[in-house]
Amino acid sequence: MSTIQHNVMNDGVKKTSRLESCFAELKQQNRPALVSYLTAGDPDAETSRRLLHGLPKAGVDVIELGMPFSDPMADGPAIQKAALRALENGQTQAKTLEMVRHFREENSTTPIVLMGYYNPIFCYGVERFLTDAAHAGVDGLIVVDLPPEHDEELCTPAAQHGIDFIRLATPTTDAKRLPKVLANASGFIYYVSVAGVTGGSAPTPERLESAVNQLREHTELPIAVGFGIRTAAQAATIGRYSDAVVVGSALVDCIENANTPDEAVEHVHGLVSELAESVRACREVSEDHQF
Amino acid sequence: MNQPVDLSKSLPNANGLFGSFGGRFVAETLMPLILELQDEYATAKNDPEFQRQLAYFHGDYVGRPSPLYFAERLTEHFGGASIYLKREELNHTGAHKINNCIGQVLLAKQMGKKRIIAETGAGMHGVATATVAARFGLPCVIYMGATDIERQQPNVFRMKLLGAEVIPVTSGTGTLKDAMNEALRDWVTNVDDTFYIIGTVAGPHPYPAMVRDFQAVIGHETRSQMLEKKGRLPDSLVACIGGGSNAMGLFHPFLDDLDVKMIGVEAGGKGVKSGLHAASLNGGTPGVLHGNRTYLLQNEDGQIIDAHSISAGLDYPGIGPEHAWLHEQGRVEYVSATDDEALEAFQVCCRQEGIIPALETAHALAEVAKRAPTLPREHLMVVNLSGRGDKDMMSVAHHLGDKFGVKNV
Repeated sequence: MSTIQHNVMNDGVKKTSRLESCFAELKQQNRPALVSYLTAGDPDAETSRRLLHGLPKAGVDVIELGMPFSDPMADGPAIQKAALRALENGQTQAKTLEMVRHFREENSTTPIVLMGYYNPIFCYGVERFLTDAAHAGVDGLIVVDLPPEHDEELCTPAAQHGIDFIRLATPTTDAKRLPKVLANASGFIYYVSVAGVTGGSAPTPERLESAVNQLREHTELPIAVGFGIRTAAQAATIGRYSDAVVVGSALVDCIENANTPDEAVEHVHGLVSELAESVRACREVSEDHQF
Repeated sequence: MNQPVDLSKSLPNANGLFGSFGGRFVAETLMPLILELQDEYATAKNDPEFQRQLAYFHGDYVGRPSPLYFAERLTEHFGGASIYLKREELNHTGAHKINNCIGQVLLAKQMGKKRIIAETGAGMHGVATATVAARFGLPCVIYMGATDIERQQPNVFRMKLLGAEVIPVTSGTGTLKDAMNEALRDWVTNVDDTFYIIGTVAGPHPYPAMVRDFQAVIGHETRSQMLEKKGRLPDSLVACIGGGSNAMGLFHPFLDDLDVKMIGVEAGGKGVKSGLHAASLNGGTPGVLHGNRTYLLQNEDGQIIDAHSISAGLDYPGIGPEHAWLHEQGRVEYVSATDDEALEAFQVCCRQEGIIPALETAHALAEVAKRAPTLPREHLMVVNLSGRGDKDMMSVAHHLGDKFGVKNV
């Protein structure tokens, strides 16, 4: 199924997006992407900057950066607390975009997807936000409370700025609804492994694999799986059949539990390295791949 | 005034929009359920059997119709407009909230749902939800802010007596908005078997329209009662607004009657200029929260600001999207009353009419105190007496106890 031409820039020149290049390369390597989630500005601006800049070296392939919101109703306690920590320390939409711009000065390949809720974007102004995000080097958006019924709000304008709009599919997305969910999706599809909030219960492996395989019949976009994935072992299992594995709350917990900023950085990057090693090896084990 | 034709029947549109307000800003997990609910409600709305059951429970269980009472002493006290009280506080459970809960629990049964959840601020919607859950034999979980639990102990006890589990919400400020976040989290986690009874004319479509329709019984009755008493429609309608369900219920059947003036009263807290208030229309800006676009209390970066009000039931940083739209259309006038003005009006109502109103309702009465004296006796003013004040004894004692020599209630 084709997607809309999201990567046609305003001047009409088609270029390959960072997300496309990233997933194409990983397909060559026959391994899934490791996607990390951290909230921008958590626990404070400087530590958050250090955390962000160290992610690619620790083994992250795609960075999800949360735009903090005071009322994140699709997130569990870990990510809500992270948002409140960031906001208490003065994080704003402008500062989040500035973080991305700064990151791009030293890294031009690792895709960055901003994740959050619509209200802070709406209040910033949709056009202004997309312009600033595109200039900063943002590759995609995941906005939890914008279903396809509201595509004209942000999804369609984002495409005009060359920014992917990553859609969530969930266990409640039935065959009737799926085409609507996929219609204007770009970048990748984020499969929400359990009906629930982030950081909740772990997904059931068998059900998840068949759900991902079913989804694959309807889209050519890479499929990422997230929600409830905390350990290297879980990431490896899911990485065998998905194109990307998203880990968020487990990383955010490292920040919450750290006694000092240094410790937060060390623990987050430590867990990322562990996960990275695991996803890099996950398809080598007792699999009979034909090369 | 830019007045559309046939205002009351045409909105929301198929996408749940009232102008640019409303909509369905929810996580994908909830979308299939919300679309199913929309279809079920559309069917029920035109199903004579559903309407018969609704009318039966509104009558024999809730005790409708509620009287439209001529408040003779209050009228004399203010010395102006003739004041009529729509006595919603006489409903079973003591407020208008149950009108809506009965409708939604009937839908829940029809959809085969096995579990009821709700959020509550003052506890009136929680009590009404716990009540209908008990009546229909469904387990019930109520999310209530920890701060609200403190100030509304009697209602917490009532909910527990009715068999509901009351879960204190400590995230955020521990008030109504946080309770709603938590209820949405529960719903997204238990989407298969759970029905979320939203208590006000807010949330994702179809809730604002559905709750309005269930509450519109207030306005329909008022209309026929006033026609019967005075042979004409009232000149003005006054109601308090948190999310805005009692106001919408009263106003909606009159929207096309352009001679009927409507006044919605928001909670002004310590004063709209102080920043400590719950007046979303008078002190807020448009934004997206809890599934709909509406006016919100928020900073310039789109972060929600805590609401402040003496009344837990009005302590919400948003307002129903249809009110936002009516505000922009200029069809309804939205004003605010401060904590102190509400407390004063509360006492006047107690003394003049022998009716102890809810603190929420007292905000509407505070506007009556300002407006009625300026109007002639022929002016027929209807105030929605949306709830009774028994639940507020502790709060009021806290503020006025010394005056009455009362230490603890």
